[in-house]
Amino acid sequence: MATAVTTARPQRAGELGVVTRKQRSLWQDAFSRLLRNKAAIAGLVVIVIAALVAILAEVNIDAIGLHFRLAPYDPLEQNTPKQLMEPVWTQAFGSKYTDSAYILGSDALGRDILSRLMFGARISLVVGFVPVAIIFVIGGAVGMLAGYLGGWVDNLLMRFTDIVYAFPDLLFVIIIVGTLRDTGLGQLLGGLILIFVGIAVVSWVGLARLMRGQVLSLKHREFIEAARCIGATPIRIMAKHLFPNILAPIIVSIAFAIPGAMLTEATLSFLGVGIRPPTPTWGAMILDGFIVFSATPWPVLLPAFCISIVLLAFTFVGDGLRDALDPRMKL
Amino acid sequence: MLRYVIRRLLLIIPTMFFVALITFTLAHAAPGSPFDRNPNRSLPQETLDRLNRYYGVDKPIPEQFVLYIGNLLTGDLGISFTRGRPVTDIIGQGIGTTAQLGIQALLVALAFSIPLGIISALKQNTPLDYFSLLLATIGTTIPGFVTAIFLIYIFGVTFHVLPFVGWGSWQHMVMPTFVLALGPGAFLTRITRASMLEAIRQDYVRTARSKGLRERAVIVGHALKNALIPVATIVGPATAGLITGSFIIESLFNVPGIGRFYVLSINQRDYPMIMSTTMLYAFIIMVANLTVDIIYGALDPRIKVS
Repeated sequence: MATAVTTARPQRAGELGVVTRKQRSLWQDAFSRLLRNKAAIAGLVVIVIAALVAILAEVNIDAIGLHFRLAPYDPLEQNTPKQLMEPVWTQAFGSKYTDSAYILGSDALGRDILSRLMFGARISLVVGFVPVAIIFVIGGAVGMLAGYLGGWVDNLLMRFTDIVYAFPDLLFVIIIVGTLRDTGLGQLLGGLILIFVGIAVVSWVGLARLMRGQVLSLKHREFIEAARCIGATPIRIMAKHLFPNILAPIIVSIAFAIPGAMLTEATLSFLGVGIRPPTPTWGAMILDGFIVFSATPWPVLLPAFCISIVLLAFTFVGDGLRDALDPRMKL
Repeated sequence: MLRYVIRRLLLIIPTMFFVALITFTLAHAAPGSPFDRNPNRSLPQETLDRLNRYYGVDKPIPEQFVLYIGNLLTGDLGISFTRGRPVTDIIGQGIGTTAQLGIQALLVALAFSIPLGIISALKQNTPLDYFSLLLATIGTTIPGFVTAIFLIYIFGVTFHVLPFVGWGSWQHMVMPTFVLALGPGAFLTRITRASMLEAIRQDYVRTARSKGLRERAVIVGHALKNALIPVATIVGPATAGLITGSFIIESLFNVPGIGRFYVLSINQRDYPMIMSTTMLYAFIIMVANLTVDIIYGALDPRIKVS
């Protein structure tokens, strides 16, 4: 019925001779607000560039014979006499250790920093998105059920939350990842899977709590009562009535969870309990480079710079989303 | 109120038990014993058996857990596998440094963030406000160790004005304290700003102005007093932030606190160290959260604790 009204409307308006405005949904409104936010757009641009670099760093699709590598070198290839080259621009400041073949220089093992940064972007972005997707599914489902059904599910969730909240997030992830590193789980994909699990296990509770709170604040409202009165099943009420109405704060929380997960991975790799070497990640590059920091700072400064830029980009997008979705929530 | 405090205090016990259970299970889920780290120089079986017996890791795992909890209640945290000394000694040695670093950082964070947040709110949407917001965003987003690297490069390597390895003189403390303060400080700035923005739009502030009070009295006596209540609640999470920050900052700057030992013991599978430090951190955070809740209830009569 709703569609019938909107399609019939311009015609009817024409007959009456009134000017109509194109109808806009809440989401279209939010989207146009987001587009007006310069910082958020800049953030989006950075994220898209980082994603393109990460994807194109190396593309091998055998089925159609596509082999392409944007990275100038294999990130693991060591070139022994060409260790600790400095970026080419340092030549202008008197550095004798530059090589035009290594635009951003090389690390202590003679590996090309630019290539390693490009492959490191892959890890960062994957760690940003995969655990957050898991958190969204698990935390969202549990929070929704606990909030709507109450009872023992709710009690269990809240007790569990108490325990998890007593651990600082990072401490908990460090324990999980540190202790399970040498198990079969810790060996999968160079430790990547364990990082996903660690981040997800620790962070789903926060989202579940947020979801629960939102559901509790809505479930006694009239539109839910109405839906129940006309005989909608609990599943339908949760999916069609509650979920769309609590989506805005959930989206904002997810937007901030992504850089949070990336930061956790970088910190773990920096502490030496993250992805296993020699897989290049930005955190591990900082750890490796720190040993030669007083000889040349570039193997540390460049990945540190990349992390900073990408994390800031995600935060700006998150801020933009928050302002766009709920202009009252100003923090 | 008293009943609430007692209930919360009692709730610490089961929570700590589960923290211990989780940490213990994880620590023992790791394959191998702590003494077979080096595959090229494996110890003879006899020595291994004796080591395992000495440290009590030859017993069944549930029994070890019961023993561990029993010892814990009597204040015995076990012996560090890698240092061969009681864990209480190692923690006792490092905790002073860690606490000093944490308290310094908290004070620095409060000293910068509250004035910055207030000014930012009073001058909303001016370049000054945008600048402090940008600073706060950078502080909350960029991890401490990355900021530390930039600072070490500038002040340590390029200009040689501050040392960046070790602990002792005030020069050694400047960078670790500042870096550790940055995250909580940036967060506090945002909270203070938001809270102050809300306060200055309240009716009682308008009343105070309309009865002719000086602007200073309005801001300090009326708006600020109320705006700082939510800020007080952030000290709980800020403590957690300081603790997690401390083990990265301590490792990076080689500060001899428990944070650095903690990171080392994770890498060396030193269970007694891992577990005791985790329990200690969890305990500190729970006490901090409880204190904040009580203070919050006392500061704001509108809040009913139950």
